[in-house]
Amino acid sequence: MSRDIDSRWSPITLAALVILTIVVLGGGFILLQTIQDYKILMTVFAVTWGLGSAALLFFVLNAIAETMPRKIRSVAVAFVFAGPAIVLLFWALVIPTLRTLRLSFLGPHADKFVGFDNFAFAFTDPIMLESFRNNLLWMIFGTSFCVIMGLLIAVLADKSRYEKVFKSLIFMPMAISFVGAGVIWRFIYAYKGEGFNVTEIGLINAIVTSFGGEAQAWLLVPFWNNFFLIVIMVWLQTGYAMVIISSAIKAIPGEINEAAWVDGANSFTIFFKITIPYIMPTIITVTTTILIFSLKLFDIVRVMTGGNFGTNVIANEFYLRQFTYGNSGQASAIAVVLLIVIVPVLMYNLRDFRRRRVLK
Amino acid sequence: MRKKIKLNRSKSNPLIGIVLIVIVVLWTVPTLGVFITSFRDSRDIYSSGWWTVLPHKDFVKTGEMEMPSELDPDQPIEIEGVTASFNEWRNGIEVEEGRTLKWYGNKRTRKVEIFEEKWIGFGANLNLQNYRDVLSAGEIEYTDGEGNTISRQGNNFSDAVLNSIAVSIPATIIPILIAAFAAYAFSWMEFPGRKPLFIIVVALLVVPLQIALIPILRDFTKWGLNGTFVGMWLAHTSFGLPLAIYLLYNYISNLPRDIFESAYLDGATPFVTFVKLVLPLSIPALASFAIFQFLWVWNDYLVALVFLGDKNRVVTSALAAMVGEKGQDWHLLTAGAFLSMIIPIAVFFGLQRFFVRGLTAGSVKG
Repeated sequence: MSRDIDSRWSPITLAALVILTIVVLGGGFILLQTIQDYKILMTVFAVTWGLGSAALLFFVLNAIAETMPRKIRSVAVAFVFAGPAIVLLFWALVIPTLRTLRLSFLGPHADKFVGFDNFAFAFTDPIMLESFRNNLLWMIFGTSFCVIMGLLIAVLADKSRYEKVFKSLIFMPMAISFVGAGVIWRFIYAYKGEGFNVTEIGLINAIVTSFGGEAQAWLLVPFWNNFFLIVIMVWLQTGYAMVIISSAIKAIPGEINEAAWVDGANSFTIFFKITIPYIMPTIITVTTTILIFSLKLFDIVRVMTGGNFGTNVIANEFYLRQFTYGNSGQASAIAVVLLIVIVPVLMYNLRDFRRRRVLK
Repeated sequence: MRKKIKLNRSKSNPLIGIVLIVIVVLWTVPTLGVFITSFRDSRDIYSSGWWTVLPHKDFVKTGEMEMPSELDPDQPIEIEGVTASFNEWRNGIEVEEGRTLKWYGNKRTRKVEIFEEKWIGFGANLNLQNYRDVLSAGEIEYTDGEGNTISRQGNNFSDAVLNSIAVSIPATIIPILIAAFAAYAFSWMEFPGRKPLFIIVVALLVVPLQIALIPILRDFTKWGLNGTFVGMWLAHTSFGLPLAIYLLYNYISNLPRDIFESAYLDGATPFVTFVKLVLPLSIPALASFAIFQFLWVWNDYLVALVFLGDKNRVVTSALAAMVGEKGQDWHLLTAGAFLSMIIPIAVFFGLQRFFVRGLTAGSVKG
């Protein structure tokens, strides 16, 4: 009697279930490919099919696991639960990392071994050096502006009656895509050029000309155009910093502030001596998140300048190497460089994770 | 009692209110500009800034007059008691307070336009034509600032919006189910490799996507999934999993142990416990992640660019393509930008509470 008496499933039902799952998965996939042109129908079908077959897959695998001998049953069930996620993570992230590492030592078409040539390119090519410089600008100025503005707004809004409204409006750009933000800011920087009776329709140029200044193509101004792009990220990400910092401020026990008031401290002393030290861990988390973000930044530069006029960044050069120059070796080396820069943060996260004993 | 006094004192500082209002105005004006422009007549967009729809005092054309045919434009011209050269008239002269005359066109037109200073604004010409144009797939025509009629190929944004919906909804819902099962296993089950696997999940939280794109693209090319929706769902599901598992683990592992014990004593299998207890109890966490993932997928450009290319363009890639092809067609760009933002902004304002909770759970650790 190795087949367990607890099992609710007879072998025949189980076999039928397995066949049904295969048919639903495979048939649905084929059907989906044929109805791609009927968008609404396809979306409705995709949601039902995707969710249905995922649920069915879990159900069938679980049913099979439950027929296992009692000794290994609980482990089998656990693998059924965690399995699909683990398989996807390995296929989409863990193994590709190793494959990219391998590609970074191969030539443009992944056919011959080229040693460290691609890394030599990544660290010495002028366009890469320019990109490193620009990413550094993004990381230093973008991140610090986001965090400082976020902190300022969070502290001020905390003292205002209309806190919710203010915060919502600052936070709203988070819902806008970088491409959408790109269009919004291209319109702000719009420049019509010289000519007879030109009315500038871009906000910045209109303000500049109304004060008697000269209208300019702002995105073409060397070096400073990087900052005009960084402004866009600050506009998008300050809301994030503000929300996280704000919830940390609200978690400061009221008694501490009250005690300080009673001892005669003013707002500034309270801010620097109590608020800041208290929320320091949060500020560090927000800072690292935005740092990583500005390192991987791609969309804004791609849409605003395409990386031209001295505004290139690493992630954009990665895209250009792979899809414009068709050089998977150099592109992979750039991706590896991105990963290496992030490794310290990754290590810190893991150490922090162990220290807090999240995993029971 | 003391607390109340403190509240009153700090909440009535007008300086803070003013600073906040200035910041909020700075933050909202960019979006407002695009929003207003998208409803303006294409001809107006090129001849005046969007802020002119707000009430303001300006010179408005109120009439015109014909100059007699015997008038010689090369000699000084006298109109309404003012004598000036042709070029001066062409630049416009204020003949009296609030009344400007301006020669229209070249010397042969013999037309002088009259401008008077008036309060204007509420009569702005707003309509939905730009939206109709940008949604359409066929030929469209519009008038530019000089009055020329220009015809363009439409951008078929209606298709892009549908594509975005088709990509985003499954790519939001499918990872939730997979991640919830995994989070439950990591929280409440024992299996070999549990700890190292979860550490991998935590490590993957910060790994840049770029590292995975090329190998996955190769797989997709081999399997014929390039440019398909299935490929997009697979990619977005996988990329969203680390955060999903991490967020849901934080929530599910903190559910009280008792409920699992009593369910187990009642003879419920882990599967039944998961479906009947864990899923319903985790709805707030599931909602937080769902909003997060939906906004991320909808607003994503990189993954769509790599795996969809020009086939089945989603709103972000359609908009980016439009910037490349028609970077100065502001009537189309603004309407397209706003179309791409409506759904995420609606989701955002409707479910802001869950979104904020997800953000804080994901980054303020402990």
